[in-house]
Amino acid sequence: MLYDYILQLLIIVAQIMAVIAPVLISVAFLVYAERKILALIQLRKGPNVVGPFGLLQSFADALKLITKENILPSGSNKIVFLLAPIITMVLSLAAWAVIPFAPGWVISDINVGIMYLFAISSLGVYGIIMAGWASNSKYPFLGALRSAAQMVSYEVSIGFVIITVLLCVGSLNLTKIVEAQQTVWFAIPLLPMFIIFFISALAETNRLPFDLPEDESTLVAGFFTEYSSASFVLFFLAEYASMILMSAMTVILFLGGWLPLFDIYPLNIIPGVIWFTIKIMFVLFLFIWVRGTFPRYRYDQLMRLGWKVFLPLSLFWVVITAGFLVTFDIVPN
Amino acid sequence: MNFIIKNIKSFALYELFLGMFLTLKYMFKSKVTINYPHEKGPLSPRFRGEHALRRYPNGEERCIACKLCEAVCPAQAITIDAEPREDGSRRTTRYDIDMSKCIYCGLCQESCPVDAIVEGPNFEFATETREELMYNKEKLLSNGDKWEYEISQNLEIDSPYR
Repeated sequence: MLYDYILQLLIIVAQIMAVIAPVLISVAFLVYAERKILALIQLRKGPNVVGPFGLLQSFADALKLITKENILPSGSNKIVFLLAPIITMVLSLAAWAVIPFAPGWVISDINVGIMYLFAISSLGVYGIIMAGWASNSKYPFLGALRSAAQMVSYEVSIGFVIITVLLCVGSLNLTKIVEAQQTVWFAIPLLPMFIIFFISALAETNRLPFDLPEDESTLVAGFFTEYSSASFVLFFLAEYASMILMSAMTVILFLGGWLPLFDIYPLNIIPGVIWFTIKIMFVLFLFIWVRGTFPRYRYDQLMRLGWKVFLPLSLFWVVITAGFLVTFDIVPN
Repeated sequence: MNFIIKNIKSFALYELFLGMFLTLKYMFKSKVTINYPHEKGPLSPRFRGEHALRRYPNGEERCIACKLCEAVCPAQAITIDAEPREDGSRRTTRYDIDMSKCIYCGLCQESCPVDAIVEGPNFEFATETREELMYNKEKLLSNGDKWEYEISQNLEIDSPYR
C-alpha cells in the first residue's frame, strides 16, 4: 500500500522533472538565441566565445549571477520581496502541467486545460506586483503598476480569442483542441484572431514592443530593479519560461500542436514532439524578430491598442464565428 | 478612396510586415563586428598611440634635449632634465612622460626636430596600477626599440605630407 503511494509519487516526480528540465534548458538556449538573432539583425556577431559558437553563454551568465551577492534593500518587505520571484517562477513552470507535447504526452490531461492555462498566466501578474510593491522603491512600483494594467487589458482580448477557438472545437481539453485541427490549422480560418493572440501574447509576457513594465530607458529595469543574484535569475528564467509557454499556447490553439505540416508520407513519420518543438521554435523566433524590429509603444498607445482595437475586433470576431457556425449548422459538440 | 486604402493597409499590418522584412534581410548581411583581440581594424600611419623614444641605426639615442616637446606639451605631461655627457654631447638625464596626463595630441612629435619622440601604433598599454603609467626614459627607449620597424615604416609613408 505504502509502496504503491511511493511509486506513484516517484512517477509523478519523474514526469515533472521530464518536463521542467527541458523547459529550463530551452530557456538557456532561448536567451542565447535571442542575443544571437538580435545581434544578426543589428549586423553584429553576438556571443561567440563561450563554447562552440557561444552556445554555453547562458550557462556562464547564470553561474555568474548565482555566485553574486543577493542584496536585500533595507526598506523592503523582506518576505514578500523574496517570495515574489519564487511565485513568478513557480507559476510559469506550473502551467506546463497541462501542455500536450504529443498524443498522450501530458502530465495531467484535464478537461479544463485551457482555463487552467489562462488562470495560471493571469496569476503571473501577482509575482510582478509583489516584486514592485515589496521593493519599496519608485521604479519597481511604476513598473509593477504598468505591468498590472497591461496584463489585465490584454487578457480580455486573449479571453475572446480563446473563446473563438473553443467555439470551433467544442472542448476545453487541450488535446481535443489539437485534434480538432486535423483538417486545417486554426491559424488559417481564424487568421485575424491568430494575429491578435500573438500580439496579446507579446504584451502578456512583457516583451517588446510592449515591455513597458521593464522599460530600461525610463524605469531602469522596471519591477526587478532592486533584484540581484539568484532572485534576479528566477525572474529572468520565469520571463523566458512564460515566453515559451505562450508560444506553446499559440501552437496548440492555432498551429495544430503536434500535427505535421501536411499529413503526407515523409512529414507524418516525424514524431509529434519534434513537430511541436519546431513550431514553438518558430513562434519564439517571431517573438525575437518582432523585438528586433519594432520600437517600444508609448503607454497610452498600448492602452488604446488593447481596449479600442483588440477588444472590439476580437468581440466582433466571436460573434462572426458563432454566427457562421450556427448558420451552417456545424457547431461541434 | 485614399482613406479606405490607408485603413486596409493598417489592418493588414502592411508597414509592420515591411519593417520585419527589412530586419530579416539584415539578418543575412555580412557582419561588421571584429573579434577584437584576435582581429584588429586598420590603423592610419598617423595614428597617435603609445610614445616611444627612437635611436639612430648605430644605437645612439636621437633626443638632443632641446626641450621643445616639454615646452609645447599642452598637458604638461613631459619632464626633461639634461646635462652634457662625457663626450660633450648634450643628452637627457631624465625624460618622463606622465601617460595619465597625456592627451595624445601629437604636438611633441610635431615639434621634435630629430624625430626622437614619436607616438607609435601601439594602443594596448593598459596597466593595473597608476604608477606603471609614469613612463621614464628607460621605458620610452625600450618602446622605441620594440616598435622601431613599425614607426619607421609609418614615418616613411607619411613623409610626403609632413
